[in-house]
Amino acid sequence: MITSIRKLFINQKVIPICSLILGILFMMAIFAPWLAPNDPIAVNLVYKLQPPSWEFPLGTDHLGRCNFSRLLFGARISLGFAMLIFISSLVIGLIVGTFAGYKGGWVDQVLMRFCDGVMAFPSLILILGLVGIFGPGLPQVVLALMLVQWVYYARMFRGMVLSLKEQNFIAAAKISGSSQWKIIKNHIVPNVLPPLVVMGTLEMGWAIMDISAMSFLGLGVQPPTPEWGAMIHEGKSYIRTNPALMIYPGLMIMIVIVTFNLLGEALSERYGVKRDFKKE
Amino acid sequence: MGTYIIKRVMAIIPVFLLAALLTTGMIHLSPVDPAEAYLSAAHIEPTDEMLAQKRHEFGLDQPFLIQYVNSILKICQLDFGISYLSNKPVWEEVSYRIPATIQLALGSLALAVLVSVPLGFLAGIRKNSAIDHFSRLLSFFGASIPSFWLGYILIFFFSVKLDLFPVEGIGTWQHLVLPSVTLALPLIAMYTRLLRTSILENLQQPFVLFARTRGIKERTIMVKHVLRIAISPMITGLGMNLGKLLTGTIIVETVFSWPGFGRYFIEAIFNRDIPVIQCYVFIAAGLFIFSNLIVDLIQMYIDPRISRKEGHR
Repeated sequence: MITSIRKLFINQKVIPICSLILGILFMMAIFAPWLAPNDPIAVNLVYKLQPPSWEFPLGTDHLGRCNFSRLLFGARISLGFAMLIFISSLVIGLIVGTFAGYKGGWVDQVLMRFCDGVMAFPSLILILGLVGIFGPGLPQVVLALMLVQWVYYARMFRGMVLSLKEQNFIAAAKISGSSQWKIIKNHIVPNVLPPLVVMGTLEMGWAIMDISAMSFLGLGVQPPTPEWGAMIHEGKSYIRTNPALMIYPGLMIMIVIVTFNLLGEALSERYGVKRDFKKE
Repeated sequence: MGTYIIKRVMAIIPVFLLAALLTTGMIHLSPVDPAEAYLSAAHIEPTDEMLAQKRHEFGLDQPFLIQYVNSILKICQLDFGISYLSNKPVWEEVSYRIPATIQLALGSLALAVLVSVPLGFLAGIRKNSAIDHFSRLLSFFGASIPSFWLGYILIFFFSVKLDLFPVEGIGTWQHLVLPSVTLALPLIAMYTRLLRTSILENLQQPFVLFARTRGIKERTIMVKHVLRIAISPMITGLGMNLGKLLTGTIIVETVFSWPGFGRYFIEAIFNRDIPVIQCYVFIAAGLFIFSNLIVDLIQMYIDPRISRKEGHR
């Protein structure tokens, strides 16, 4: 099995396979209301803890809610908010990082020392501290994650701006009369994209892990909203009688994170991006 | 060497002041008024008079700078205030729970080192062997499994199905096994990977070739020369990850009902017990700073080149 996995890596098949899996997961998330056979939050105690059947493909939970529908809707929250965190921290990081790199001097120094401080400190403690101040809830968790994650993008963009400022091909393009827009489109974006894609991919995995961990602790998504971490939290009391309740959502989290990690690793290998710029 | 140690210890002071500033400032950022939180925790219907009195008691009516200085002085005496919920000093409550958390953390740290050092070492010197593939598979999955889920899966197989270990609680060594494994797996994944990479890098170094030409036994080269140098990034990783270990204990303590500091902190968040939250954040920051200091000193001991380099700066 291991050698066959290695072969996949060598033949560069990991990227299409992982992309396909992620594509399916995103489709599941987007079309959840049409795909789900039942209402994910409709309580029906008559049907509680049912085994899998045609009506409930993966059985029901302790309140008679359809597990399969809840898993589908859970994908919406995990993937959707991970996307939101990714995009917003990317934008903040882009603005701050390019500003710091472009300005230089003390502005750069102060901003980068701040980023160092945030990066050095364990992120989950920062998140928990923020949730401690603002109280439990999904918006707080998402906000806290954004506030922690943007520094990595800021550093990355700053480094790129600095190195690009020095590069000869930028100067050459300027001298040969390329417009600003053309320089950005043809020279800067192709250089920035690969590390960004790699980092974004790994980032999504981490964000999903953190959101589900916070929901599991009861600090993130509140019941009855279907979310994978919260489902494990709810299902844990039935570990003796109905272990499936907590096994399914955990499997979903693991599949998503494994796929994002594999994809990130394969992409970084292909583009030759150094992978350990974070959390290692 | 002496000056390096002094310099390194002095560098802690501004970080300490910053951590104290953060914990003091936290109250003012919170949308919840501490006086209100206190009264609601004590089930007292708040009146304006009582709120004002409580605010005065907490020193919230003073200028921020004075509050800041006061809180530094208090922290130096390990005075983190009084828990809103139990009306006991926070430090008393915390010091009662910390031993359980330390026991858990040390158990899993020991497990992580015992597994990852031999595994990473063997994987590094026998690249592409079966053990190398195994180590890579383990480090990949170890980093991808959410620890709260892993905890329940372990409970399901080893406690419910096989009945080998207790489901939850604290006491005998059997109670420690499953929580430690849960907490150690991500660490094992990371350290194995770190050590393997570091060994592979060091094998390319000229000193290995030189040792070989001197006719030193391969085994001696690997253990006494390569491993000794290669373990350095792993020690850095150990120090950097004490924070991760601390957050890990929160989740593992919740899963296994382990009566430690992490679970107490989560309960404090739900109860809006602000002094406890402040205390946790400050201790986490302190632990993080302290562990980085220890790591630096250990590394200086292993590799004296570091202190010489820094000393001349």
